[in-house]
Amino acid sequence: MSKWSMVIDLDKCVACQACSIACRFENNTPVAAPDQSEMGRAIRWNDVFPLPVEGEGEYPNTKERYITRPCMHCENPPCIKVCPVGATYQDEEGIVRQNYARCIGCRLCTVGCPYTVRYFNWSAPEWVSPLSEHLNPDRVEGSGVLEGPSIRPRGVVEKCTYCIHRLKKAHEQADAEGREFRADEYVPACVQTCTGKARFFGDLDDPTSTVAQLSQKRRAFRLLEEAGTNPKTIYLQEG
Amino acid sequence: MNKAWHPKNEREEIVLSPIHAVTNNDLWLWGILAAILLAGLVSWGIQFFVTGLSATGLNRPVYWGLYITNFVFFIGLAHSGTFISAILRLAGQGWRKPLTRAAEAITLFSLPFGVTSILIDMGRPDRVLNIFIYGRFQSPLLWDITAVSLYLFSSVVFFYLSLLPDIALCRDRLTEVPAWQHRMYEILSLGWTGRNGQFERLEKALDGMAIFMTMLVITVHTVVSWVFGMTIQPGWHTALIGPFFLLGAIFSGTSAVVIVLAILRKAYHMENVLPVSLFNSLRKLLITFTLGWLYMMIAENLTTSYGNLPEEMRVLGQKTGGDFAIMFWAMWILVFFVPLLIFIFKGKDNIPWMVGATVMVNIGMWMERFIVIVPTETRPRLLYELTKGVYRPTLIEWVITASLFSGLILLYSMFTRFFPIVPLWETADSLEPEENEKPVIGFRQHKFGATSSAMLKGK
Repeated sequence: MSKWSMVIDLDKCVACQACSIACRFENNTPVAAPDQSEMGRAIRWNDVFPLPVEGEGEYPNTKERYITRPCMHCENPPCIKVCPVGATYQDEEGIVRQNYARCIGCRLCTVGCPYTVRYFNWSAPEWVSPLSEHLNPDRVEGSGVLEGPSIRPRGVVEKCTYCIHRLKKAHEQADAEGREFRADEYVPACVQTCTGKARFFGDLDDPTSTVAQLSQKRRAFRLLEEAGTNPKTIYLQEG
Repeated sequence: MNKAWHPKNEREEIVLSPIHAVTNNDLWLWGILAAILLAGLVSWGIQFFVTGLSATGLNRPVYWGLYITNFVFFIGLAHSGTFISAILRLAGQGWRKPLTRAAEAITLFSLPFGVTSILIDMGRPDRVLNIFIYGRFQSPLLWDITAVSLYLFSSVVFFYLSLLPDIALCRDRLTEVPAWQHRMYEILSLGWTGRNGQFERLEKALDGMAIFMTMLVITVHTVVSWVFGMTIQPGWHTALIGPFFLLGAIFSGTSAVVIVLAILRKAYHMENVLPVSLFNSLRKLLITFTLGWLYMMIAENLTTSYGNLPEEMRVLGQKTGGDFAIMFWAMWILVFFVPLLIFIFKGKDNIPWMVGATVMVNIGMWMERFIVIVPTETRPRLLYELTKGVYRPTLIEWVITASLFSGLILLYSMFTRFFPIVPLWETADSLEPEENEKPVIGFRQHKFGATSSAMLKGK
């Protein structure tokens, strides 16, 4: 069984935000009105933001640093422990998933996540034309199941799923063709779109995979390592 | 039919007098409270059907605000009754008897509003049954639901049991009340006769339940705090949060008892039934709790500031000098400095001073709940500079909050017009019928009668 992981090389990241845009369209993330966004209610499964830099000189001798941040997909996720109904859970491939159909909107997971990467639907999602005509038709739905890019109802929590619908599709295709699924058959939308080729994706359990090898580099680090969450989203430091 | 026997109690007339008539003033009070409650219901209706939680000032990262503050506060207020009637019962504090019911009624009527607060805060209250269908006991929220519902259920039973002989008394004494009201007493009294050792068995049951209730009351508020404490967020993730919540709960609960007693005493002319000595006893407890609060506050904040961990200090800084500084220092004045001075120097034999101080304590304790919950959320661990939280509660949140408090007062004041708010059988001279065919055997019964009359004489 694979253990999915993402490596983000900050040396290569140009902070173009293409990953964020790709994520929005891939996962049908609701759009927030300016006043809502101002209040801190915008939903960004994948975010790109400038890092606060101290003591790096004055204009024009300044340096800007950026970081890009999907869900950490922790091996020891604090959000899953606290969910009262199992609406958020870790599947056998290590992905931290969210079932909108079961979530009761108590927001214990959102306050429990030290990375604040979990988002709540304060109002029902709305899209203006022409956005509303170009939603991703992919769905992860079933009886009592509503995940991934499926349209969320109001009052539930959502988050980055490493594009779970893509993984599902890849598995289904392998099954249909009657062969073994290979770990290189699937990447999330942000990885596919990354302009600087800064994002890598693959199976951390396979020692020959790119992510496994990059994770061993001296530049490799994880966010809030001291929190003991053991993220599978791994960064390579700017060199 | 065997006519019921009721223990003799010289206070009977005074205690039953509020039940005879609902006055115009009552109707005015109830009308205003009901109007506020209705405004809250409408607001909740709007939030539930139309806007969702977008009607609140909540956001990312301040996911929890007034509603959760109210939840913690109401559960805390509920500690009044159990503390007075269960813990002091076990401790053999006879002076508590006249105020047990008034205190327990606070428990009974504030718990439902605590539970309601959770429902109001949920993004999908329509899916509340998922908690039972898919409930996971690894979640502190499930611990909460279990503890609070068990507490609510046990409080109802405990309250009802101790009310039973007095309902029977109402049934037999209040013959001129409207027919429906009399019928209500008949049904609720469950054919209580007060004979054949019923009192003895009731005492035994209440003693047994008191042990259970004491364990439960400690569990409940600790578990409420664990919803916060079990996360790894700075300011929340401390072992002290449980004991601190518990102490705060007993503190605000006991303060609420003082307020309620003073109002009952004044409104229903119960000066002789609820003597000043009760307030003096509560005053001693409150001095202890105020100092206990100081102890907890120092233990928590000294540990945090001495350790000087950056993420913890950011939250502490929010309280002492940041966005919440005014509230934080106002809380110190309202919960600690002024009440302590009043309790020590002014409170003895002086009910207005006691009421003033306890009102301050309860306002301050509500603020403390807010200050425990919100500042932590405004300074998340990761890159707090970028996700600094700001929280401004909206009108709808305030209206709903006001309506919960009105609802509590409404239920309470209505209750006092239909049931005796001072337990008559517990404060009776003796529980032994004079012409009892079967003499009551047992050390307990004898002792109980003795302490009861001793207390009466001491007054």
